[in-house]
Amino acid sequence: MLIVFYLAAIVAIVSTILAVTRSNAVHSLLYLIVSFLASAVVFFVLGAHFIAALEVIVYAGAIMVLFVFVIMMLNVGSETEIAEKKWLSIKTWGGPAILSLVLFCELAYVVLTKESLPGSEAIVTPKEVGISLFTQYVLGIEIAAVMLMSGIVGAYHLAQIKKKSKHRFLGGEE
Amino acid sequence: MNTIPVEQSLLLAAMLFVIGLIGVLSRRNVILMLMSVEIMLNAAGMAFVVAGSRWVQPDGQVMFIFILSMAAAEVSVGLALILQMFHINKSIDTKTLGKLHD
Amino acid sequence: MIDYLWLVPALPFLGFLILTFFGKKLSKNAISFVGAGSVGLAALLTIIIGIQFLLSPPEGNFFNQKLWTWMSVGGMSPSIAFHLDALSLIFIFVITFVGFLIHVYSTEYMLEDEGFARFLSFMNLFVGSMLVLILADNLALMYLGWEGVGLCSFLLIGFWYKEPANAAAARKAFIVTRVGDTAMALGLFLLIVNFNTLNIQEILHTAPSQWTAGNSTAVWIAFLLLGGAVGKSAQLPLQTWLPDAMAGPSPVSALIHAATMVTAGVYLIARNHVLFELAPSAMSAVAIIGAATLLMAGFAAIVQNDIKRVLAYSTISQIGYMFLALGVGAWSAGVFHFMIHAFFKALLFLGAGAVIHALHHEQNMFKMGGLRKELPIVFWTFLAGSAALSALPLISAGFYSKDAILWYAWSSDKGSLILWAAAFFGAFVTSIYTFRMVFLTFWGKMKTHVHIHLGNAMQVPLIVLAVLSILGGFIETPHSLGHITLFSGFLNPVLPEVQLNHGGEFTEIILQIVTALTGFLGIFLAWHFWYKKPAMVYNFKQTSLGTGLYKLWLSGWAFDWVYDTLFVKPFIKLSQINKDDIVDQLNIGLAGLVNWLHSLVKKTQNGNIRWYATGIAIGLVITLTIVLFL
Repeated sequence: MLIVFYLAAIVAIVSTILAVTRSNAVHSLLYLIVSFLASAVVFFVLGAHFIAALEVIVYAGAIMVLFVFVIMMLNVGSETEIAEKKWLSIKTWGGPAILSLVLFCELAYVVLTKESLPGSEAIVTPKEVGISLFTQYVLGIEIAAVMLMSGIVGAYHLAQIKKKSKHRFLGGEE
Repeated sequence: MNTIPVEQSLLLAAMLFVIGLIGVLSRRNVILMLMSVEIMLNAAGMAFVVAGSRWVQPDGQVMFIFILSMAAAEVSVGLALILQMFHINKSIDTKTLGKLHD
Repeated sequence: MIDYLWLVPALPFLGFLILTFFGKKLSKNAISFVGAGSVGLAALLTIIIGIQFLLSPPEGNFFNQKLWTWMSVGGMSPSIAFHLDALSLIFIFVITFVGFLIHVYSTEYMLEDEGFARFLSFMNLFVGSMLVLILADNLALMYLGWEGVGLCSFLLIGFWYKEPANAAAARKAFIVTRVGDTAMALGLFLLIVNFNTLNIQEILHTAPSQWTAGNSTAVWIAFLLLGGAVGKSAQLPLQTWLPDAMAGPSPVSALIHAATMVTAGVYLIARNHVLFELAPSAMSAVAIIGAATLLMAGFAAIVQNDIKRVLAYSTISQIGYMFLALGVGAWSAGVFHFMIHAFFKALLFLGAGAVIHALHHEQNMFKMGGLRKELPIVFWTFLAGSAALSALPLISAGFYSKDAILWYAWSSDKGSLILWAAAFFGAFVTSIYTFRMVFLTFWGKMKTHVHIHLGNAMQVPLIVLAVLSILGGFIETPHSLGHITLFSGFLNPVLPEVQLNHGGEFTEIILQIVTALTGFLGIFLAWHFWYKKPAMVYNFKQTSLGTGLYKLWLSGWAFDWVYDTLFVKPFIKLSQINKDDIVDQLNIGLAGLVNWLHSLVKKTQNGNIRWYATGIAIGLVITLTIVLFL
């Protein structure tokens, strides 16, 4: 199991790095899907089977498909790719990388300086999760539902492109 | 069956989170920024799941579900905004958004 | 009837309110009716009250009417109360009666002016304030009226405010009198400290028992009050504002700057005569100021070209006579001269106004001339006024009042030969400049044609005032001429009689004859120099001495220049230095700092989304660092 975890972790990290650094949007999207799938394996190994399934279905499936749609709709050509390459100079990512490294060091310090805890092998079954969701967290579920609803309505409204006019929030004549 | 140390799982989550942060801070393509944000959200969720599995409690997974639904809503709205932005600016470079000031 | 005393000041105030709030809606006739009518009613009421006062004098020869308590602060509670005695009765009679005539005159003089209603409303406000000043039973209320008339003077001098010079003259009048008013306010504070009251009668009763003559506090108070009187009455050294005040319309000059307001100083001193008697040095100062002023202004009047400026300097000079009278303790003579002066000086100003009106705003006497035939009524009345001003013997009221002053300047225990000589020489100069004015204006060739013929509203007041200027003197005559003492007898309960020191009836007659002869000599000289042989004056003016004297006197002994270099310019310089002083620098620096911080913060709002995200990340790192390691 440990080996599977390590393998998945390595795959996740490498594919995430690749996803972040590719200049072609479709490529990085594919790497991102790989990263999510590897994360799903990690969840499985951790005993969260339900979450592993959700990761594959919702993240790697639904959300990423949305990205694919958008990238296809925007249909950005090769010139964008060239521009992307130009933008990815060390000047752009050097600073953020150092900042992130510091952050990572701090996080690692937090994790490693505390006394080591052995992991648990017990599996938290979907049943338990479901019971918890619809008893203890039922209000949260309701709120999340409303939020998704508003997200759908908002996305529908914002994505509408009216002819010959800018969005009403952005001025211009109707 | 060997147990997975909590530290290592958390470090994995932190690593993913930091990579996502680098992505957000260094990319100018707004779609890639949004993807990096997804990476960070996923990493945060992973930390919850690790903790939940350590204490054998469902709460971690519940939190992940919340984060997931939040991510889904955020992506749908964010992508709609990107479409609109591309329609107006004919670009997905965040630099062009700077026109908003003044 | 005397219970309606409060109506006397209230009526003009009512007229002021009506004209201020409805002046734009009323017709010109209605405005005239309200403006002159309110003062006319007040004058009528004053006359009725006066007759009643004379026939059945109230107990103690005064009447006090308390309306309400004004305020009550720190044990002192001045009230809105009116005090009527012989002195204030004379003053309110002159103010309402002469004021009414001038108002009637104004209804024709100012009729075509666009600010007709505004003019009459200010005039009414002035009359109301002046009556409050006179009738006030305490010095606080008097000070209210005092400032009220100062305000009206300011408003009316600057009545034609579109001309910057007029506004400047108004400002000058306001500021210069403010110097005196400040001194007066300090005097009032000293009185409050010493008596804990400002009620005039109480102070006058308490002061002699509290202080002996020459007490330093009394001297201080007397000098400070004198400062206020000097400012208001345009005496040395604060006389510079009055000639410039002629920028106002002629009725204003007649009412405010000749008949009433400028004599407020005389009233102040006469009203508080007990305080001045306790301060002999202040008394001498009053006399010396009066004597110096009357000479100074007399010489300045000789060379003026503007007819109104001649009259302005003559007003200063005549008020100098009143001060001289007060200074030698001849209280009733000073007040008598005030009354007669109000008649003939108002007449002269109105006459000059009529001339100016008829000649379409021509004020230069050298461009007038020959108006004897064109404006007969103005000529004859003006002549009557001039006779009174130059104190022609027997037939003019001015003779009796001025003669009394000359006599007391000689014979009073505080009088002296020098004071008499100054007054005597002043009388000589007076007759020169007065008849110079008359000859230049009414004799000789006509240089400007008459545009407008005068109506009754302007001529009737002239005639009434001329009659008063001639007959007004017969209520008080010297020993040699019947010795009628109606006026001083009437004033006796309020003002003590003058203490005579030396001189008998024979000296008096000699002095009268000498004075009368010099008066005629002055007229002759005026006729000779400005009518018969103007070339002589012209030639003298060409010599260096003549030019120097001319320039000096034309500028009123260069007082303006002195004050300008002594006070105005250093003050302007100081304020210019002060303009960018350290306090301002501090404020400017603060503004600059805020601006700099603003630009600093503005840089963070650059619209770059990655920049914002970096900000969040840096914040996260810093927060974590603080939480973990500190």
